Amino acid sequence: MNKAVCLMAVLPAVTCFAETPTALAIRDARVVTVSGPTLGKATVVMRSGLIESVGENVTIPGDTWVIDGSGLTVYPGLIDALSTWGLPEPPAPAPPPPRPSPAPARPGQPSPPPEAPRGAMGPEDRPSNTSWVRAADIFLANDRRLEQARNAGFTTAVSFPTRGIFAGQGAVVNLAGARAGEMVVASPAGLYLSMSTAGGIGFPGSSMGVIAYIRQIYIDAAHYRAAKEMYARNPSGTQRPRYDRALEGVLEAPLVLVPVSSLVEIDRMLRFSSELKTKTVLYGGHEAYRAADLLAKSGMPLLVSLKWPEKGRDADPNEPETLRVLELRDRAPSTPGVLAKSGVRFAFYSDGIQNPRDVVKAVKRAVDAGLSQDAAVRAMTLAPAEIYGVADRLGTIEKGKIANLVVTRGDLFDDRTKVEYVFVDGVKFQPTPEPANQEETATR
Amino acid sequence: MKRLVPILALAAASLTGAPATVIQNATILTVTKGTFQGSIVVEDGKIKEAGPKVLVPPGATIIDAGGQFVMPGIIDCHSHIAADSINEGSVSVSSMVGIEDVIDAEDIDIYRALAGGVTTVNVLHGSANSIGGKCAVIKTRWGKDARELLFEGAKPGIKFALGENVTRRGSGRYPATRMGVEDVVRQAFTDAKLYQKSWQDWESAGKAKGELAPRRDLKLEPLVEVLEGRRFVHAHGYRADELLMLMRVAEDFGFRIRTLQHVLEGYKIAKEIAAHGAGASTFSDWWSYKVEAFDAIPYNAAIMMRKGVLVSLNSDSAELMRHLNTEAAKTMRYGGLTEDEALSLITINPAKQLDVDKRVGSIEAGKDADLVIYDKHPLSNYAKVLKVMLDGEIYFERDRDMSARAAQAAHKKALIERARQQERRAREEMKKNAPSRRPI
Repeated sequence: MNKAVCLMAVLPAVTCFAETPTALAIRDARVVTVSGPTLGKATVVMRSGLIESVGENVTIPGDTWVIDGSGLTVYPGLIDALSTWGLPEPPAPAPPPPRPSPAPARPGQPSPPPEAPRGAMGPEDRPSNTSWVRAADIFLANDRRLEQARNAGFTTAVSFPTRGIFAGQGAVVNLAGARAGEMVVASPAGLYLSMSTAGGIGFPGSSMGVIAYIRQIYIDAAHYRAAKEMYARNPSGTQRPRYDRALEGVLEAPLVLVPVSSLVEIDRMLRFSSELKTKTVLYGGHEAYRAADLLAKSGMPLLVSLKWPEKGRDADPNEPETLRVLELRDRAPSTPGVLAKSGVRFAFYSDGIQNPRDVVKAVKRAVDAGLSQDAAVRAMTLAPAEIYGVADRLGTIEKGKIANLVVTRGDLFDDRTKVEYVFVDGVKFQPTPEPANQEETATR
Repeated sequence: MKRLVPILALAAASLTGAPATVIQNATILTVTKGTFQGSIVVEDGKIKEAGPKVLVPPGATIIDAGGQFVMPGIIDCHSHIAADSINEGSVSVSSMVGIEDVIDAEDIDIYRALAGGVTTVNVLHGSANSIGGKCAVIKTRWGKDARELLFEGAKPGIKFALGENVTRRGSGRYPATRMGVEDVVRQAFTDAKLYQKSWQDWESAGKAKGELAPRRDLKLEPLVEVLEGRRFVHAHGYRADELLMLMRVAEDFGFRIRTLQHVLEGYKIAKEIAAHGAGASTFSDWWSYKVEAFDAIPYNAAIMMRKGVLVSLNSDSAELMRHLNTEAAKTMRYGGLTEDEALSLITINPAKQLDVDKRVGSIEAGKDADLVIYDKHPLSNYAKVLKVMLDGEIYFERDRDMSARAAQAAHKKALIERARQQERRAREEMKKNAPSRRPI
């Protein structure tokens, strides 16, 4: 009992410890569990990186270091549902190798010069396809962005490679650790698709081409799997199927991410994804406020981009804008509220917003436009966990789950709220104060 | 029993759904069955009756078209509206792509086409390559989604192209010459024949032996459909020599070109086109915008028609498609076509070319109620579209469009004002939150 009192007296003042505590508790805080009703005055106990207990009448074990949570709110750690945090900048795509000369050199004659590098000639060349690349394999534990993300309340990111049409496999990663390996929660998390064309060189050069390419790849993948199975059953006397790492990547993905922005694209991709016969998650979705019924009926989850459409910084103020552009800019932040009311499963993602603090601010715009606080918190915690199939480990404050928490003074989405602590796998972090003059505009 | 019959008849009438509509007292240009003063009865999306005197069903909505003109909805056989991408020009054979995958149901050009009297559109892949992508036939059902725009039951098509657009020098893509174009087409169909055989062999023998089916090749599948007559070829071409080349290639492989598009030198080879059985879809009087368009003449459509070719006029332009009626009228001046012949170039003829003539293209009982009401004779330069009916519903009304403009402008102004207020508020917030600067 004496020991506990001693420790309790010391704790609030000290910011860094010589030894890591075995068990930590936050006492008498407001706890937003997300799995159930918010507890007005409760305690959360963490041990070995997991939540040991949470409740209003929890007994704190003797060896626990206790944080006084009065005036504080505890939320599950925020999850960025589609991120590039932790991944290195992708290298510029290598120029395609020169095609082999068609005519073999005859003795005495100079060999014909190799042809200039050309783009892909069709789906068989697998352009823009790095589907086998796994984020978990290239994740950098020392990425500076991770600390910024933690300071804003994020404990987890679902990071994906994003360059190319079949960009690669993502991973659910906790945002603190000495090595990437101990940070990975689940991998592969899914295959990221984008509608980027080959940039003027080679196939595909249009969105029609990209769609046809994706369709062919999935047909090839199904055929490849059937061929491999048939060969495995009886290889004797049959030609072996050719190894294709692009198709291996496609086959091992538990789900696929498909981009949509406008209502027309949502409608198009809902129909297209049923052709792929694989679990699909849409991402983007700014015009989804017009597609709520369509999405609800399909049951397909949507990752909503928090980079709300803005007028370009350098846009000519005198140039007239169309009604469509104006409406989208005005109504896009209302999308999450509309989706929540229609029962569509959705989560938020950062979409390349530089400062993770701005990511949370962007959620506030959705709250102002009609999204309830509870639904907003859910969209950054339990919803992404459910979408990626890790809701049994993350996303709520429940016994047995990973101890990822964010502790704030004030409501999470309030402008004046401070993040006091962030726990990642039970390890405590305290956000460093932001440098002054960060938001000032130039006076000249 | 006697009393029940009329009640049952009334009940039956209301069971069919929407009440009937009657367009009354107009000059009706049926295109195929003459022109007369009369009325049209529309029920369940179809033309029920059209004649000088019609039976008006009880409860029908009456559209008084006194002094006005009604013609069948215009059919544009060559257009690139309503699609998010037009060309997959990276490779010479891009038959694996399709317009159907990228239909943009909210393209304002659909509405504008509707306002120009167009009710059916053949949306084609562009002319960047020898064998282009698959095409889609749509109706200008403004407000419906991409699937509902499609003309149900229309036979699928594919776009081929010849000449200058295809043989662009410096692109590094084969072919760079017209001879190369022929080779590309021949090679593609040779590959398609082999592919077709591999599937036939599997169906007849391999399947039973438990062999894996051949890998589906989305590029060759549409070409096999062409060989088997299940997909129409619409081929863009200008010069007589290349058009003859393509028809010969088609005949070598055992299929027919459905329509030649642009075909500005068609008048030189009208007999050959007629003998092959291809239709021709051309411009009224465009010429010399490219070297290969130098020999175009405005009598092209008329000459080909007189030689037995099924001719239509198209727009290949979101702007031109809004006045195809006057394009058609030009053939009366250049070529001496009659009114009905001129109108047929943009109605029943393209319908036949697309094989949808059982459904659209003329005002006849049983056909879709795709009707356009003009305030003057449609072949007049002064004619304006007043109303357009599609599948029996009014999809465009000039009065309604004009009166809605004020409200739309006010709505836009309100949005701009609201955005400005938000910007102002955000700037004030930033100034408030930013720490004050201390003078150095």
